[in-house]
Amino acid sequence: MNQLHEKYAKEIAEILAKYPADRKRSAVMPLIYLAQRDGNYITKQEMSEIGEILEITTTEVASIVGFYTLYHDKPGGKYRIQVCTDMPCALRGAEEFLVNLCENVGVKVGETSEDGLFSIEAVMCLAACDKAPMFQVQSDDGIEYHENQTVEDTRALIDGWKKKEG
Amino acid sequence: MAEHKVTGHRILLRHRDIPEIGKFEVYTAQGGFDTFKKVVTTMQPADVKKLVLDSGLRGRGGAGFPTGRKWMFVDDNNWPHYLVVNADESEPGTFKDREIMERNPWQFLEGIMCSAFAIGANEIYIYLRGEFWQLAHELDRQIGRLRKEKLLGEKLFGSDYSLNIFTHLGAGAYICGEETALLNSLEGVLGQPRLRPPFPPAVGLYDKPTVVNNVETLANVALILEKGADWYRSFGTTESAGTKVFSLSGRVNKPGNYELPLGATYRELIYEYGGGIIDNKKIKGIMSAGASSAVIIANDEALDTPMAYESVPKLGADLGSASVIILDETVDMRWLINKTIHFFNHESCGKCTPCREGNYWMRHLTERIWHGQSDQSDVILLDNVAKNMQGKCLCALGEFSTMAVVSSIERFPEDFKA
Ligand SMILES: Cc1cc2nc3c(=O)[nH]c(=O)nc-3n(C[C@H](O)[C@H](O)[C@H](O)COP(=O)(O)O)c2cc1C
Ligand code: SF4
Ligand code: FES
Repeated sequence: MNQLHEKYAKEIAEILAKYPADRKRSAVMPLIYLAQRDGNYITKQEMSEIGEILEITTTEVASIVGFYTLYHDKPGGKYRIQVCTDMPCALRGAEEFLVNLCENVGVKVGETSEDGLFSIEAVMCLAACDKAPMFQVQSDDGIEYHENQTVEDTRALIDGWKKKEG
Repeated sequence: MAEHKVTGHRILLRHRDIPEIGKFEVYTAQGGFDTFKKVVTTMQPADVKKLVLDSGLRGRGGAGFPTGRKWMFVDDNNWPHYLVVNADESEPGTFKDREIMERNPWQFLEGIMCSAFAIGANEIYIYLRGEFWQLAHELDRQIGRLRKEKLLGEKLFGSDYSLNIFTHLGAGAYICGEETALLNSLEGVLGQPRLRPPFPPAVGLYDKPTVVNNVETLANVALILEKGADWYRSFGTTESAGTKVFSLSGRVNKPGNYELPLGATYRELIYEYGGGIIDNKKIKGIMSAGASSAVIIANDEALDTPMAYESVPKLGADLGSASVIILDETVDMRWLINKTIHFFNHESCGKCTPCREGNYWMRHLTERIWHGQSDQSDVILLDNVAKNMQGKCLCALGEFSTMAVVSSIERFPEDFKA
């Protein structure tokens, strides 16, 4: 039984309709996103289910997962805070922001908060270089940009999640 | 017939003059999609291609290739054809395509629709970097609206022409902005570059003739078709027609996107529009095309150089995607190249040895040099590694990775003295 298919039959049909019928492996990237929608990472089981839907091997799906930074094969924070520290942002204080943020919330870069709520990562340019310091948040709800940030702004955002997830 | 309103030299960032242009009703009240209808019902694809060629429009994704000429390479003996829009926008320092698609979406969509007709494509794929997740969902809604308005779909306006648009999200890989890696990624295989030739207009998506163009390039097309090639050429220089969105970042007071006629000078961009350097510091260097570019010494000659495809090479750099990163006297070039190499080492797709190994070595060397754990011999070695990579890599990323390194060592030697 293909659980991914059971759960998202309608979405999967819509995704497959975007590509020629004999080229359905094109759907691998959107299907990985779909699998990540629950828990913000993809399991081995889900990879094999995607392989089954697209008639490719689990290894092929796994290699695609490994190639891209927005796919995760291990659980991280429910909210992944991805701070851009690439050169243009670093010229506008992004590195100091990251250090101060980590200190303030007591979580190191690459680590997850004890309650599993959020993790902090340093990432490459996000096409918002004029609005540094900035980060994106990747969660089950997709990806959201937060620009011109202060540590206080970010702290308030995290407190908001804490309340929401209660 | 209503016409698209252009204020001064703002062709692309028209939302700054017409705040509600993101609304379908506002865009159509201004003649939006009249051009698309006119093109489909009264023009031949060859006429559209000719007009775009005559306008002098060149690719805004980096290479500056004449758009009309690229379209004319599409193989008419092999069908179907595809139009693929490059919305991967991942070059550090580049944030123009995002503003165009977010704020002036209908002009972008009308542009890609007219372009698809010109090359005989019935399907458009917009490949967006994965981080543009919200933007992709907004575009999906807008595409739905166009279908409802019968501006997309089968047999448009009673003609034989059918057109559909699909969005496809990447997932965080700079290399997927390279057009053949992008096509591989879209086909569901690893996003690594293909050997060329053949080029996409001969063999592209699903082995079919394909045009890959940048967002900004195509966002010009509807207005060019409405107002004519001569109108477009009234902006810019002879070899660099039209306007360009400059993404200005780094050590300036007012970073942001500025649309200027090609041929405007760096001085205008940095001091008139960008408000000058932070804390009135002295400007040191200019990166003209994001992290991929050579670093220009920001002297008076450079500041007075026109930002045009033919002029920037005189400074030993390229106009590229026109992502202008400003470095001031507080920036140490050892820090700078350590940052750029960190990026390229992370983004090298690993397919060819010179780029994969070269970046690995450069990464170690720039780390050591920046942290002062080395002597002059490491700088010489770094320079050697970079120069040995040049001309040997499978795609331009490998070449890009060496640009800041080689130019910084050559042009800012004082920063590398131990
Ligand atoms: C490593 C690399 C990254 C690139 N990234 C982009 C990009 O993000 N967006 C883009 O439009 N072109 C990018 N390009 C250029 C494309 O390969 C291609 O030339 C361009 O999309 C063609 O469109 P144009 O003629 O309209 O400029 C990149 C090229 C290389 C080598
Ligand atoms: S030059 Fe670098 S990015 Fe390009 S194919 Fe080779 S390894 Fe991949
Ligand atoms: S460098 Fe941070 S968004 Fe571009």
